Amino acid sequence: MSVDAATVRRIAHLARIAVTDDEVPHLQGELNAMLAFVEQLSEVDVDGVEPMTSVTPMEMKKRPDVVDDGGIADDIVRNAPATDDHFFLVPKVVE
Amino acid sequence: MTLLTSLTLAEARDGLANKSFTSLELTDAHLGAIEAARTLNAFVLETPDQARAMARAVDAKIARGEGGPLAGIPLGIKDLFATRDVRTTACSKILGNFVPPYESTVTSQLWRDGAVMLGKLNNDEFAMGSSNETSCFGPVVNPWRREGANTELVPGGSSGGSASAVAAMLCMGATATDTGGSIRQPAALTGTVGIKPTYGRCSRWGIVAFASSLDQAGPIARTVRDSAILMRSMAGHDPKDTTSVDRAVPDYEAAIGKSVKGMKIGVPREYRLDGMPAEIEKLWAEGAAWLKAAGAELVDVSLPHTKYALPAYYIIAPAEASSNLARYDGVRYGLRVPGRSIGELYENTRAEGFGAEVRRRVMIGTYVLSAGYYDAYYLRAQKVRTLIKKDFEDCFAKGVHAILTPATPSAAFAVGANLDPVEMYLNDIFTVTVNMAGLPGIAVPAGRDAQQLPLGLQLIGRPFDEETLFSLGEVIEQAAGRFTPARWW
Repeated sequence: MSVDAATVRRIAHLARIAVTDDEVPHLQGELNAMLAFVEQLSEVDVDGVEPMTSVTPMEMKKRPDVVDDGGIADDIVRNAPATDDHFFLVPKVVE
Repeated sequence: MTLLTSLTLAEARDGLANKSFTSLELTDAHLGAIEAARTLNAFVLETPDQARAMARAVDAKIARGEGGPLAGIPLGIKDLFATRDVRTTACSKILGNFVPPYESTVTSQLWRDGAVMLGKLNNDEFAMGSSNETSCFGPVVNPWRREGANTELVPGGSSGGSASAVAAMLCMGATATDTGGSIRQPAALTGTVGIKPTYGRCSRWGIVAFASSLDQAGPIARTVRDSAILMRSMAGHDPKDTTSVDRAVPDYEAAIGKSVKGMKIGVPREYRLDGMPAEIEKLWAEGAAWLKAAGAELVDVSLPHTKYALPAYYIIAPAEASSNLARYDGVRYGLRVPGRSIGELYENTRAEGFGAEVRRRVMIGTYVLSAGYYDAYYLRAQKVRTLIKKDFEDCFAKGVHAILTPATPSAAFAVGANLDPVEMYLNDIFTVTVNMAGLPGIAVPAGRDAQQLPLGLQLIGRPFDEETLFSLGEVIEQAAGRFTPARWW
């Protein structure tokens, strides 16, 4: 399989990465080179093989559903580019 | 007097314990070495004030007889580990000036045991790379040069800063991480020892995530013993990482010097590549001969799905990365590039903040997870991963204790060699299988190529049997000797 220019733009949008028209042909070439490289997986017989979900056999650990941390709003917003009174600021979302 | 920086970690530990020198003296010697080696670009942040404060505090503890297993030992920390109040960037523009209000579990255990932080080490952006050339701080230079040449060589990646700093004696050991070979490949290219432990052995909490089902932390050091000492402090269960395994941490150092007599060592025929350089072939045969001389039995084994590990990795790792890196949105931390809408803000921020390699992997990952392609790519790759793991299980079930392979297909290459992405990925051809199967793997320097650059061998172990790797690694180190670059910087 290979991707066309429209698909490259669609993937970029899904990935939330802005790409310029000039970048599309180059990205298309790179993505297609990678897709060509992984193409060899199609020759593996995977009938009846379970997909791996956990590389080390283990049961998912659970913890009690209790509040064990908190009161650190200053820490949470400390690295944010724009905040106001412990809120993250973003461009207007709802008109 | 021997330079303090040329001691091994074990020697320095003894010197500190019998008060031959203080941690402050040892730390100052390393801070001086770092300053004199800035041309290597191994450190992206030096923290001399913090280092001296930590050294003084630990000297006081040593004086009271309260020093821990790493008391007073100066280390470098890969910039992928969150360090409280110390800038942590994963060497990406998108994290900008991120200063974590928390400490990663692995580094907190090192400080608990008395280690001293010298600073943060360079790495490929988000640990994506095999040459340390994708870092937003620029490439790291390998302290090794080809005989009679002064071409700058890469130290490998992604833990290139860690490997370069340890090889150049700027720190006694370093933390590193390994998703497809990022500890072992740079260790091999710099003549240092690097071990990726079993998946789940070290907590991933507080380490910038790349591909969560593959990422593991581990040390890079100058000797097998030093790596065993560091491993003991880095490993251990952490309730904050659900994939961390609740298992006692052995005294890894006790495995050094243990007999390997009667151990069965597999030599996988699929790792013998077409066109493999004769010197790699020779190195591999030599390693086998050394283990045999130490009493191990060498057996021919088969890992039939080996050739599919790299392509499967280049689906699974980007898929997980595209999901993990979704958090960099310009809202909660790091870089923000304005836009007219929130969507545009995300897109502009991520376009500006991610480098070319990261963007490429996030896009591939997004594609293989997208509707209509998930089964053909991602699900198939996960099935192939099951088969790769089964290859190793079958091999170990036949009584094989460990597997011997080359660590890399070649020695260090030139900075700016401009390999195309797939060529670059082939650097990890011998290491990536180990991550796919969640196994422990160690790279130990074992010889030199025709241009006098170091080459490494890899030993792959059974799950949670790092101790056997240390015992076998020690045999190779004893036979091959140690590798130290001539100082030119």
